[in-house]
Amino acid sequence: MPVTLHPSVAVFRIAGLTKRYDMGEVVVYALRGIDLEVFEGEIVVLLGPSGSGKSTLLNIVGGLDTPTSGAVWYRDWELTRAGDSELTEYRRRHVGFVFQFYNLIPSLTARENVAIVTEIADAPMAAEDALELVGLKDRLDHFPSQLSGGQQQRVAIARAVAKRPAVLLCDEPTGALDSATGIVVLEALAKVNRELGTATIIITHNADIAAMADRVVLLSDGIIHEIRRNETKKAARDLHW
Amino acid sequence: MTALDKKLLRDLWDIRSQALAIALVIASGVATSVMSLTALDSLRVSRDTYYRENRFPDVFASLQRAPSSVARRLAEIPGVDHVEARVVSPAKIELSGYEEPIIAALVSVPVDRLPGVDRLFIRRGRPVDVGRLDQIVVSDAFAGIHGLSPGDRLGIIVNGRRRMLTISGVGASPEHIYQIAPGSVFPDFEAFAIVWMARETLAAALDLEGSFNDVALAVRPGASVAEILAQVDEILAPYGGLGAYDRGNQLSHRYLSEELRQLRQMATMFPAIFLAVATFLLNVVANRLVGTQKEQIAVLKAFGYSTGAIGWHYLKIVLAIAVLGILAGTALGAQLGKELGELYMRFYKLPYLVLVISGPMVLTAGGLSALAVALGTAMAVRRAALMAPAEAMRPEPPARYRTTVLERLGFGAWLSPASRMIARDLERRPAKTALSIVGVALAGGILMMGTIFDDSFAALVEIEFRLAQRDDIAVTFVEPRGIEVLSELRHLPGVLRVEPLRAVPVRLRAGHRSYRTQLEGVNPAAELRRLLDHRHRPLDPPATGVMLDDFLGGYLGVRPGDTITVEELTGRRRTRTVAVAALVRRYLGVGAYMEISALNRHLGEGIVFSGAALAVDAREKDAVYAALRSRPGVAGVVVRDAAVARVRETMGNNMIVFAIFASLFAATIAFGVVYNYARISLAERSRELASLRVLGFTRREISAILLGELGVVVLAAIPLALVIGRALCAVMMVGLQTDIVRIPVVVDRDSYAYATAIILASTALSALVARRRLHELDLIGVLKTRE
Repeated sequence: MPVTLHPSVAVFRIAGLTKRYDMGEVVVYALRGIDLEVFEGEIVVLLGPSGSGKSTLLNIVGGLDTPTSGAVWYRDWELTRAGDSELTEYRRRHVGFVFQFYNLIPSLTARENVAIVTEIADAPMAAEDALELVGLKDRLDHFPSQLSGGQQQRVAIARAVAKRPAVLLCDEPTGALDSATGIVVLEALAKVNRELGTATIIITHNADIAAMADRVVLLSDGIIHEIRRNETKKAARDLHW
Repeated sequence: MTALDKKLLRDLWDIRSQALAIALVIASGVATSVMSLTALDSLRVSRDTYYRENRFPDVFASLQRAPSSVARRLAEIPGVDHVEARVVSPAKIELSGYEEPIIAALVSVPVDRLPGVDRLFIRRGRPVDVGRLDQIVVSDAFAGIHGLSPGDRLGIIVNGRRRMLTISGVGASPEHIYQIAPGSVFPDFEAFAIVWMARETLAAALDLEGSFNDVALAVRPGASVAEILAQVDEILAPYGGLGAYDRGNQLSHRYLSEELRQLRQMATMFPAIFLAVATFLLNVVANRLVGTQKEQIAVLKAFGYSTGAIGWHYLKIVLAIAVLGILAGTALGAQLGKELGELYMRFYKLPYLVLVISGPMVLTAGGLSALAVALGTAMAVRRAALMAPAEAMRPEPPARYRTTVLERLGFGAWLSPASRMIARDLERRPAKTALSIVGVALAGGILMMGTIFDDSFAALVEIEFRLAQRDDIAVTFVEPRGIEVLSELRHLPGVLRVEPLRAVPVRLRAGHRSYRTQLEGVNPAAELRRLLDHRHRPLDPPATGVMLDDFLGGYLGVRPGDTITVEELTGRRRTRTVAVAALVRRYLGVGAYMEISALNRHLGEGIVFSGAALAVDAREKDAVYAALRSRPGVAGVVVRDAAVARVRETMGNNMIVFAIFASLFAATIAFGVVYNYARISLAERSRELASLRVLGFTRREISAILLGELGVVVLAAIPLALVIGRALCAVMMVGLQTDIVRIPVVVDRDSYAYATAIILASTALSALVARRRLHELDLIGVLKTRE
């Protein structure tokens, strides 16, 4: 399916985003004034060590968490001012999530884990098609416990993209996988990005993965240190770590 | 089916054993409720239908004798719809091949027309034919037990003359649903019959031609029964009227009403306990389920499921369990209710049972159960659904434990690491621990309610028939007799001791409350009939004043020193104010007592007696019966052994059924609580226990940790169960108090032991199941998955 992309159109605009955790007597800053734009169809890798604030940023952008201050716009809608039901609607229509630990529902098969999302989406692809996209056409009726870690993560990707979201948010998608399996998962993400034009944000602490991104955002201590543009993107299968 | 609904089914399947245990508890509650309500409504509707179709009267009165013209005056009282003047009489029946004395109540019926009230329900044969003055209709219970059919002949001794009469039909009447002989408390269908005969025949036998000695009235809707009662009393007073009374004081109606009241109580009390326990269990399970699925809930929210949709999903799981319990309970309850209704019909002679399983009633029971469980789980679901997704996906921090009270007090050194784990876990969540203890204790308590009847009946029989009424045979005379009757009786071969009895019908009044009963004379030197104080010690009757049993005292609201009004209903019919001298303890029937010579002085009729209590040589019993039966002046003979057997039979039958249900249901609850506790502990600690196994703990050692916790809960629950059980029994017995019987609360060691044994057995069974699962722990799997 041909996709018309406007690389200059921002999907997300993030301004002065701050997140503070009050943990009893200790105050921890997860984010200290982040400014960033994410454009249609691009792959952005957020790179940083643990505790750098990557997951917090992703959770806020995904409408799973709220900032202490600052603002996030999805296109021209300010999601940091939205209430619970608006955020639910936002997640339902526009965002797909992939988590480090897959978070599949153990009592549902691969097909049903995808269906649980397509059933509430507006114009989803068939669950089978989504699983075919990630190379799991022959594992439709397997339960999570019958799938390897890489297969489970690919089911999670299928589940995330099946509703044709505008953005795909991936939190350490290969974090729990060995490198060979991880590359298969990344190939699936790249394929989805290529074929559906989904803007994709990938969190990782693995610098090698950054090579497949359009842009790489380097984070530490809740501050963006550098935004780097890759002039030549590497294919996922050419990565190794 | 949506994917979420598939998840629901699979989740349910995963917790099937717990779900089943909870559904069983709910089913027990609903079943008791539906059973009692079905029996209650069926009996009530049957009674009301019977009353309506066979014209149960509204007002009753007995009198010495009045000419038929008086009946016409009664009919003129405003509000009276119909008057049926009757002749009634006690009689004896002779049945070849049956040696025990049989008492009959003879009631006249018109043969040329249908009576305006109290129409017979003819089950077999036909009513008495016009012109066939030797025909009778006998009560169906009596006919059934002796195998009597239309065409059979019976010898009936009335007014000292014996007549052979032919049975034309077998039937029943709404006035005699509860059939007891005068002076008895329990029905004895073998030795007591209602016999209906032509008015002419009965009047002739009693020299009452053109007169009547009993009357029943139908009252128009809206008329004042109280005013009619007063006018009836006024009209009948010159004719020896014994005081008119309404349905509320009609023996059969009153007993049946009391029974229905008890059923209603059973229908509310037990389900309430069962549902409370079920709500608690579901709450625990739902919390656990929601706890383990925190991440799944977060994922669902992350993908755009609303809080409401997720809440509904979990509520559906809980409701599915509840609906299963409600459906099973309703089906079981309806069936049991029908059987319970039929069981009641063995004592309450309704001609038919209209089975009523009312929709609203079942819906109410079901709706209440569903509401209870929904409330029980709402909090857990709410908490989960409101959780911010990012927060829910964060790994749960380690649970906060701290050193226990025991350790802080310095006993830590004596506790093994395993005991410390148990103690800290119990103390970490005191509410869960306390609720579990209470749940098990409630189950144990209900178990005791099932077994208490056995002990209490034994005590009742012991007190009533070994301490209070110690005579072998009690005789009542047709009319009061002089002192010479005592020596006549003493000279019967085999009679060892004779004590006089004196009883007169009275109405007692205190303030606005009144009660019709017998005022009985008590002999100070009595060996056979004694009064007991509240500690069951023989009580010397005071020389003056009246004594009441404590039920009657409570009913009238009087205590020793207070005064009551005693209104004689026979003889001179005087009304006097008398001081209450003492309250006595009785468990069967209701009565008022007075020292016998004081009573005779009070009545002013000289030294006369209305009956006698006899001690009889066991070898001569049959001869004494025979001699008493042949005496024309004897109206009734009550044999103690038969009376005891009847108490056992009547109460025993009813209560054993109840006891079996209560035990079964309580065992279900005990198992449900203990099993759920074990499973939840296992689920919560499987990771910890698997880690211990990896570190080298044996299966036995980790079992000890899990089951040790269970053991502490159960051991703490047992003493509480015995206390709760004793209290529940006392509450139940107060609720079951009636004029017929008050059951003493006697719990002996067997009951305590039984409750303890069932709790321990449930625990052992749960422990076995839990242990099996413990052995199946997937050590590596548990450690690999994220908490």
